[in-house]
Amino acid sequence: MAKVPVQFTLNGREKAEFVEGGTTLLHALRDKIGDTSPKGGCHQGTCGACSVIIDGELKLSCLTLAETCNGATITTTSGLAEAGVLHPLQRAFLDAFATQCGFCTPGMIMAAKVLLDHTPNPSRDDVVEALSGNICRCTGYEPIIQAVLTAARANSQNAA
Amino acid sequence: MALALQTFPTVRDANAALKASGTRYLGGGTLVVRATNEGDVSVTSLVRSTDPSLSAIEIAGGKARIGASVTMAAIARHPQLGAIAKAARAVGGPAIRNMATVGGNLFAPAPYGDFAVTLLALDATVSTDDGELPIGDFLAKRDDNHAIVNSVSFALPKAESFRFLKVSRVKPKGVSVLSIAAALEQAGDGAISSARIALGCMADRPMRARAAEKALIGKRLDRDGIAAALASAGEGTSPITDPIASAWYRAEVLPVHLGRLLLT
Repeated sequence: MAKVPVQFTLNGREKAEFVEGGTTLLHALRDKIGDTSPKGGCHQGTCGACSVIIDGELKLSCLTLAETCNGATITTTSGLAEAGVLHPLQRAFLDAFATQCGFCTPGMIMAAKVLLDHTPNPSRDDVVEALSGNICRCTGYEPIIQAVLTAARANSQNAA
Repeated sequence: MALALQTFPTVRDANAALKASGTRYLGGGTLVVRATNEGDVSVTSLVRSTDPSLSAIEIAGGKARIGASVTMAAIARHPQLGAIAKAARAVGGPAIRNMATVGGNLFAPAPYGDFAVTLLALDATVSTDDGELPIGDFLAKRDDNHAIVNSVSFALPKAESFRFLKVSRVKPKGVSVLSIAAALEQAGDGAISSARIALGCMADRPMRARAAEKALIGKRLDRDGIAAALASAGEGTSPITDPIASAWYRAEVLPVHLGRLLLT
C-alpha cells in the first residue's frame, strides 16, 4: 500500500514524513521522527502514557492516526526544556520525587501542562481531575500532585 | 497491517465509501483505533467526514441538536448544556474527553457508553441519512447499522429534573461499575408524573429500567415512595461481567445506587 505523507509542527519545528496508512501518531513520533518522550503503555486509551498536546488539547497519540494531524501543532514533553533549562513542571517533578520508573512522567507532564496553560492557579481537586486519565504504578500520585501544585506556584511567582 | 483512511467533505460521500466490506467509520478513534491496535484484522479501511454539521451544537426552542463528531469535552464546557455536563465529564479522563464523540458513544459496548445512557433517559432521536430513530430502537439495532450518525437531538431537561450517577471503584475516574440517568417530572405536590430511567452496564448496551419507571409514577421521592421502584430495578437486566465487577455484584448494587440517585 502506498505510504501517506504527514506534515506537522512538532515542538516548534516543521516535520514531514511518509508513513504507512493507519500509523498512529505515537508510532510516527517514536519510530519515524525519533521523539521517544511519549510512551506506549496500553494502546487502549487507558493509561495516558502517550499523552501529547495537539492544537492546545490533550490527546492520546496511541489512538490518533498520524495522517489526521496534517497541519497540526504538536507539543511533547521533549519540547518543554528551553536552551537546556528544564520547564518548571519538569523541575518540580524532579524536586518532588514525582518520577520513579519514569514511564508515566511525560504523559503526566503533558496533562499538567494543559491544566496550567488554562488554569494557572489550580486547586488540588483541579490537579487530580486533570491527571485522572494518567496512571502511575510507582508514586501513589501524591508526589505528582504536589509537583504540579509547586510548579503552579512557581509560575504565579514568576508572573507577579 | 496498513489501513487506508479516506476523508470526505460530506456525510453522503462518506456513507457511500462505508459500504465497502472491512470499512469502519473513524470518529475520535477511541473505539476503532483501539480495536486496530488490539489486532482486529476485520478492519481494513477507515472512513471519516469533515462535514461541519457533524461538529455543530445547535440549541433553539428548548431543544438541543448535537453533531455526532462533537466531543465529550465540548459538551461539558458548553454553557447551555449544563444540565447534562456531569454525564459528559463522567466519560474517561481529559484526553479521552477531547477525543471521544457523541456518535461513537452510541456504539461503545458496556462498560463504556455512559453518555448514551444519558441520551436514552432523555429520549433522544438519532439522525442518519437513512432517517431518524428513537434512541432505544437505534441502540437495539446498532450492530446492523451501516449509516453514519449525523446527530442526536433531544429536549433539554431542566437541571432539577435530570439526574446522573456513574459508579466507579477508582476515584475520581474509572470504568463504570454501572451508570444511571434519570429524567423525572414532578407534579406540584411532588408526586412523580413521568419517569425515564436508563441504566449502563446492566446489559451489553444502555437499557431502560421500565419496571422501576412504572413503579415511580404517582409516588414521592422518599424512602417509602421509591421502595417499589428499587425492588423492581433489576427487572429485565442482564449485567455484564468484566474485570470491574461481576454480573452478580452489579445486580446487587443497582438498587442501592438507584436509591441514592433518587433521594439526592
